[in-house]
Amino acid sequence: MALTRADVEKVALLARLRLTETELETMTDQLTQIVGYVDQLGEVDTEGVEPMAHAVEVVNVFAADKVEPSLPREAALANAPRHNGRGYLVPAVLGE
Amino acid sequence: MSIVDRSATELLKSLATSELTSVELTQACLDRIERHDATIGAFLRVDGARALDQAAAIDRKRRAGEKLGPLAGLPVAVKDVLCDRDTITSCASRMLAEFRSPYDSTVVGKLKQADAVLIGRTNMDEFAMGGSTENSAFQPTRNPWDATRTPGGSSGGSAAAVAARMAPLSIGTDTGGSIRQPAGLCGIVGMKPTYGRVSRFGLVAFASSLDQVGPFGTTTEDAALLLETIAGHDPRDSTSINQPTPRYTESINKPLAGLKLGVVPEHFGAGLDPEVASSVRAAIEIYKSLGAEVKEVPLPHGKYGVAAYYVIAPSEASSNLARYDGVHYGFRADQSGTLAELAAERQELIAAGKTAAADNVDSPLVRMYRSTREAGFGPEVKRRIMLGAYALSAGYYDAYYLKALKVRRLIRRDFDEAFKEVDLIVGPVTAGPAFKLGEMVDDPLAMYLVDLYTVSANLAGIPAISLPCGITKAGLPIGLQLQAPPLEEERLLRGARMFEAATDWHKMSPRITRIDANGKG
Repeated sequence: MALTRADVEKVALLARLRLTETELETMTDQLTQIVGYVDQLGEVDTEGVEPMAHAVEVVNVFAADKVEPSLPREAALANAPRHNGRGYLVPAVLGE
Repeated sequence: MSIVDRSATELLKSLATSELTSVELTQACLDRIERHDATIGAFLRVDGARALDQAAAIDRKRRAGEKLGPLAGLPVAVKDVLCDRDTITSCASRMLAEFRSPYDSTVVGKLKQADAVLIGRTNMDEFAMGGSTENSAFQPTRNPWDATRTPGGSSGGSAAAVAARMAPLSIGTDTGGSIRQPAGLCGIVGMKPTYGRVSRFGLVAFASSLDQVGPFGTTTEDAALLLETIAGHDPRDSTSINQPTPRYTESINKPLAGLKLGVVPEHFGAGLDPEVASSVRAAIEIYKSLGAEVKEVPLPHGKYGVAAYYVIAPSEASSNLARYDGVHYGFRADQSGTLAELAAERQELIAAGKTAAADNVDSPLVRMYRSTREAGFGPEVKRRIMLGAYALSAGYYDAYYLKALKVRRLIRRDFDEAFKEVDLIVGPVTAGPAFKLGEMVDDPLAMYLVDLYTVSANLAGIPAISLPCGITKAGLPIGLQLQAPPLEEERLLRGARMFEAATDWHKMSPRITRIDANGKG
């Protein structure tokens, strides 16, 4: 199935990406080609087949309900592009 | 034979008898890196002084008669995707170029516990997405057998480092073939264990249901040694399998009696390079001469493996990589798109009569996310995020993601059926030998199809190994793949060792030729 530029623009927003005009064009072509290949999955009869989300189907792996040490705040903030020592800083979202 | 040409198992013996010190061995590896890595580009970072300090400390412990770990004094190179609190973990991405993990991944922790010398961090395709290591944001890696060709990927740096004898062992990760394919193209041994055999804690996630960490070495014994060191249950990874780790090195030299080997007719279809086909067939003949019974087994859904993989892996990737938002860690684009700038952008669009577009101008936070991800990710990572976001989006989820998960189960069932008939499945790793740098950069689909023989093992979660089985007329290595049922790494290694013990392919090493500025050999 061919993807349109509008499809790709919409997905770029969902994926929080920005694409230049040229990238948008290349991406539309390449995704169309890849999705076209992937479309062959449609020919497989999967009637009554349970989806397999994981290679090892373990369920309910519980940890003991006890407090373990967690990452100190300083270490958690150390790699942040902007922080004030207490929390992460993001661009202003609300106007005056 | 120089020190660096010896296998890890041999080196360990020399270290144990103090015939060789870890400092001497580490220095020999560093010299090798110094001499050849400007050409090969296997490493992103080598801290020679730190490696020599570690080596000296292990030598001291040995002299003092202290208890030593199972890899005591052996240099190990680690793919730059496993967190190590003592260095950067970049995933070969601008996004994490400066990222320092506050903790060790379980695998790196086990290597430290084992007294390995962590000699350096190896290059890879950005976030392990690719099959040529050309998607690294920092540098390409070249194949030690022919520097105009790629080493494969995504663990191309780890494979090239061992093939070029810059380290006796290295660690890679395999999501769709990223250990086995570069091992095959570089003429060494590489193994993807059963999903869950090795902890993924501290492994930067690409596709969580497929990612698995595994060893590279020049021999199957070395792979066994490294695997038994890094494997094991880990409460910090809820998908880790709670089973004891067998001592692979103790059983590896026992041949499998009455071995039943499966051959998949579909693996020898059109597109398989004739030299690869004849080497793989010759390998099967060797197994027959060793007493193996060879039987054809069908894997009828195998041909849908790449299609299912390129829905499932990008879907998981788009979700996993959502964490790179320029807030918590990693790169953030310059504060473009402040409130005032975005208001101006909106005004311009209104003035141009584009009112719909004006209504869609991002909020400052969304613009920050988007600009960060635009500048921080390379083209292949963006392509996979887009593909995954598309496959998961409303209206397509059932047709792509859910469908792919159903096909995945059929692929696993094919293996379950086949393994009722045979002990191991044998076949090619790749359709051809190493390809030229740049050959497929503009054709992502062709690049994806390189994974044809390797993705099924990841989808099914089974262990698989690649080992050398030939050299083309042009002097490029050819790999042989063996696949086993879940948790049968021991059988896999013993079966691989049978072939290795009967052949000399693993003893061949590349003669590295320097390349000029134009990349000509």
